[in-house]
Amino acid sequence: MKGTYAPMSVMKRVSLIFKSKANRALDRMEDPRETLDYSYQRQLEMLQKVRRGVADVATSRKRIELQMNQINQQSAKLEKQARDALAAGREDLAREALSRRSSVQSQLTDLQAQYEQLQGEEEKLTFASQRLQTKVDTFRTRKETIKATYTAAEAQTRINEAFSGISEEMGDVGMAIQRAEDKTAQMQARAGAIDELLASGALDDQVSGPHDDIQAELDRMGASNSVDLELERLKGELGQSEAPRQIGAGGAASAAGQPAAASAADAEPKGDESA
Amino acid sequence: MIVRILGEGQFRVDDAVASELQTLDSDLEAAVENNDQDALSAALRALLDRTRSQGTALAADSLEPSDVIIPHEDATLDEVRKLITDEGLIPG
Repeated sequence: MKGTYAPMSVMKRVSLIFKSKANRALDRMEDPRETLDYSYQRQLEMLQKVRRGVADVATSRKRIELQMNQINQQSAKLEKQARDALAAGREDLAREALSRRSSVQSQLTDLQAQYEQLQGEEEKLTFASQRLQTKVDTFRTRKETIKATYTAAEAQTRINEAFSGISEEMGDVGMAIQRAEDKTAQMQARAGAIDELLASGALDDQVSGPHDDIQAELDRMGASNSVDLELERLKGELGQSEAPRQIGAGGAASAAGQPAAASAADAEPKGDESA
Repeated sequence: MIVRILGEGQFRVDDAVASELQTLDSDLEAAVENNDQDALSAALRALLDRTRSQGTALAADSLEPSDVIIPHEDATLDEVRKLITDEGLIPG
């Protein structure tokens, strides 16, 4: 195989392959007018196909866009958690949140690259579709002229010209569709894997998902903090109103009935009293 | 000479550019012979750059077949081999 194409220009060879394809199709036709109509049908089908191709690529691109949004939310949430954890003096939790955020960020970089690739494919296919549409219109006009003006024998050369031109375009567009389909299929496999990750909670996309241990810990801390504050406030109120009674009734009896947390604040003055 | 870049469209180039493209085409051929993907990509880039910058795009309604066809820029060795041996890369 190598020997047969080695002495020939690559560019020339590619064009010959396209031409031989067109010639084979022409040879199959008995009546030139049949060629025109058959070819025109194929062109319309190819136009449908390339438009579907554009729509498919757009759908995949939107899916990736959606995932990027989810991951962005996830990343913002993890950063907020890191801040909250630091504010609460929990460096260990903050570290965990930031390390998760960095793995989420790396997914985002991958997705961004895929997104741009798909955008490029979509653009190329859109152009291809417009180009083919124009050529198909030209072909239709020429087809009608040839059918109306020429005898079957005269028509043959004119048909061959128009046919090989459009056939090359169709081959090119067909390949572009195939390439876009291959890329879309690859991306969809990857997008599926990311959907699974998101669903499994490894990249938790819920505001308070069941797997979000960092948020659970922060919530727990938040809850106990507010209980502590509430306790302090109550103690403050009670402390003021109880103070006169404590002097009269004696500190020892009231201290025994107090919970440990509440008594901590009173411990020092009591110790001084008893000494 | 009419040149098609796969996935991009057709260009008309004058004789001077055409012979320049043919020289670059030998690099492409050598790259395929030597199984050298980097050389292939470099040769394709050079061919495409010259064609885009020196050629004039054909009107959209033209139905002329091309004299030569250049594979798309990110083509792999495998893809180029299929293109020049008619292993069914061109659908339909």
